[in-house]
Amino acid sequence: MWCKAWMSEFAIKVTGLGKTYARAARCRPYRTLRDSLTAAAGWPVRWTQRLVGHKEPAPNTSNIFCALTDVSFDVKWGEVVGVIGRNGAGKSTLLKILSRITEPSTGAADIYGRVGGLLEVGSGFHGELSGRENIYLQGAILGMRRREVRRKFDEIVAFAEVDEFIDTPVKHYSSGMYLRLAFAVAAHMESDILLVDEILAVGDAAFQKKCLGKMTAVAERGRTVLFVSHNLGVLANLCSRAILLSHGQKLADGPAPAVIQRYLQEGLDQSGERVWETPATAPGSDIARLHSVRIISNGQTTAEVAIDQPVQIEIAFWNLRPGSQLSTSIHLLDKLGVEVLASANFPSASLAPDPWFGKPYPAGLFKAVCTLPANFLNDGLYSLNVLVLNRVRVQEVFARDAIRFSVHETGAMRAEFGGRWIGVVRPRLAWHTSHAGEQPRP
Amino acid sequence: MLQIRPSKGWVPLKLGELWEYRELLYFLTWRDIQVRYKQTLLGVAWAIIQPFFTMVVFSLFFGRLAKIPSDGIPYPLFSYAALVPWTFFANGLTQSANSLVGNANLIQKVFFPRMVIPLSAILSGVVDFLAAFLMLVGMLVFFRIAPTGNIVWLPLFFLLALVTALGVGLWLTALNVQYRDVRYIVPFIVQFWMFASPIAYPATLLPAAWRTVYGLNPMVGVVEGFRWALLGTHTAPGPLIGASALMAVVILISGAFYFRRMERTFADVV
Repeated sequence: MWCKAWMSEFAIKVTGLGKTYARAARCRPYRTLRDSLTAAAGWPVRWTQRLVGHKEPAPNTSNIFCALTDVSFDVKWGEVVGVIGRNGAGKSTLLKILSRITEPSTGAADIYGRVGGLLEVGSGFHGELSGRENIYLQGAILGMRRREVRRKFDEIVAFAEVDEFIDTPVKHYSSGMYLRLAFAVAAHMESDILLVDEILAVGDAAFQKKCLGKMTAVAERGRTVLFVSHNLGVLANLCSRAILLSHGQKLADGPAPAVIQRYLQEGLDQSGERVWETPATAPGSDIARLHSVRIISNGQTTAEVAIDQPVQIEIAFWNLRPGSQLSTSIHLLDKLGVEVLASANFPSASLAPDPWFGKPYPAGLFKAVCTLPANFLNDGLYSLNVLVLNRVRVQEVFARDAIRFSVHETGAMRAEFGGRWIGVVRPRLAWHTSHAGEQPRP
Repeated sequence: MLQIRPSKGWVPLKLGELWEYRELLYFLTWRDIQVRYKQTLLGVAWAIIQPFFTMVVFSLFFGRLAKIPSDGIPYPLFSYAALVPWTFFANGLTQSANSLVGNANLIQKVFFPRMVIPLSAILSGVVDFLAAFLMLVGMLVFFRIAPTGNIVWLPLFFLLALVTALGVGLWLTALNVQYRDVRYIVPFIVQFWMFASPIAYPATLLPAAWRTVYGLNPMVGVVEGFRWALLGTHTAPGPLIGASALMAVVILISGAFYFRRMERTFADVV
């Protein structure tokens, strides 16, 4: 690796990178033969028009979707760079271009070393094959030589903690084992530059910690890492530098704490309401789609919530298939991505039974409201994931970071103490002290 | 150093990169073979059942009832010798046409030369071919027909079948990503192509003058070659085989270039 350092100071050089998609093509990604035939039939007309000097109609710009616009940056050897931004900001597109999964539409990227990708691990696994077979298969998919896999084999198995089941078909694995094995293979690949997308969202807490340890070790060994995550806490720990993307453009680039701060402030000028106008672009499936998410406090839609007021979260969604039995769920996360709580309108999980739970939903728009009590959250920024489930088990909608709101001090719980109440929550709890006995005699 | 740039129009084949990923080709082929007959009752016997029962039906209707000539060879052997390479070709087409769409999650998550996928889909059929071929050997013994010295050319005819399957497979695979219509067209193509190839009838049914033109269907060369090498029929390799080989190479090269041209859109549209 170090021998490469003299060749170039940089590991990655990105200049003016852009990627556009045709919006129509996003709704229906593949063309049918009919589309092409109609286009072909119109060709003689266009051709003669061009001959007599007609200009081709400019491509309809409203139908072009820019996933990435003119992004430039350099990454030096040994730098660990985090890429942050809201959903659809272009983070994944950037990583996909750098790992050559898709081509850029404009611009250039030069990479001066072997690239390893940890993009949603486990995609190459086959359920019928054993763990051992899958390790070799996944290794080959990632571009590892058989020798390399064989050398690392024991290490991979130990890391994934699947020793006893190594010759069992992976379809019998628990989802945790499956993800651990997939991550283990990718993490043991020898590469100069590592591109990582959201892997730490997998597995239980213990394994996440292990993954994090592995990543830190990788970074300390001087490998270059480009890291995309929603978990700002992890990102702040791991990365010295961060790049903030917004709507496909680079908004900030610099020391991680400063960029993260900037990103958090971005969220503040929100209205407390997010609406998806057309079902086609809203998160969801053909069974249910999100319509809007609203934060209501004191009877008003707002992103600024007083700490001593209850917060109502109103989730509106379309049911598109009559007869589905939908239920609604939320994940509440703090500003560093730590999960504060999860809740759902299941009868056993709500204070009073939800009248619609378990009933077949007719097609139409539904509104679910969840109320968080006053004096419960701490002050600070919170983010909400919204889920709509069918028959409790199937996720029809999963909108990560659907909306954010911030909780403000109002002087509550401040009569005596003015410092920082630590913790993700700040509930008022029952306290009672009693005099339990006499002081022992000396 | 790796340079990432937007590409336009026709692009080089980059066979070197494909060679770099030969281990992936090996593993994907091996995976397809491993997985294909898992949880089936009859396992690899399916590879024999398919051509064998087609042969039985053909022998009954074309051989017995329609009395189609068979170059002096017992009709079951005559048709089975053609069905073995044909089944390899037909399954290869079907498998490869769906291969990219079937591996969509892989294509969207990891980079590798995409050509590896249809290649492995076709190569994994070689095992089925070998199983069906073993049955053919059994039938030669049963009908007491000793192959002539021409049999040394057999691998070449198999290679011709492989090249044809690869070429057509690459075309269909790339088209299928763009136009899902291909999925519905493939069964028709296979059916029409079968009747356009001398599977159930001998090429000698055609006037000699037309046989070279007929050979432009590469499967004609494959099938007639198999019969010539194994059964000693009199359609010796000549202009017919030459036409087939030329056509197969043209299809393969054009298919590879078309595939490469479409490759950059795969991850976005699949």
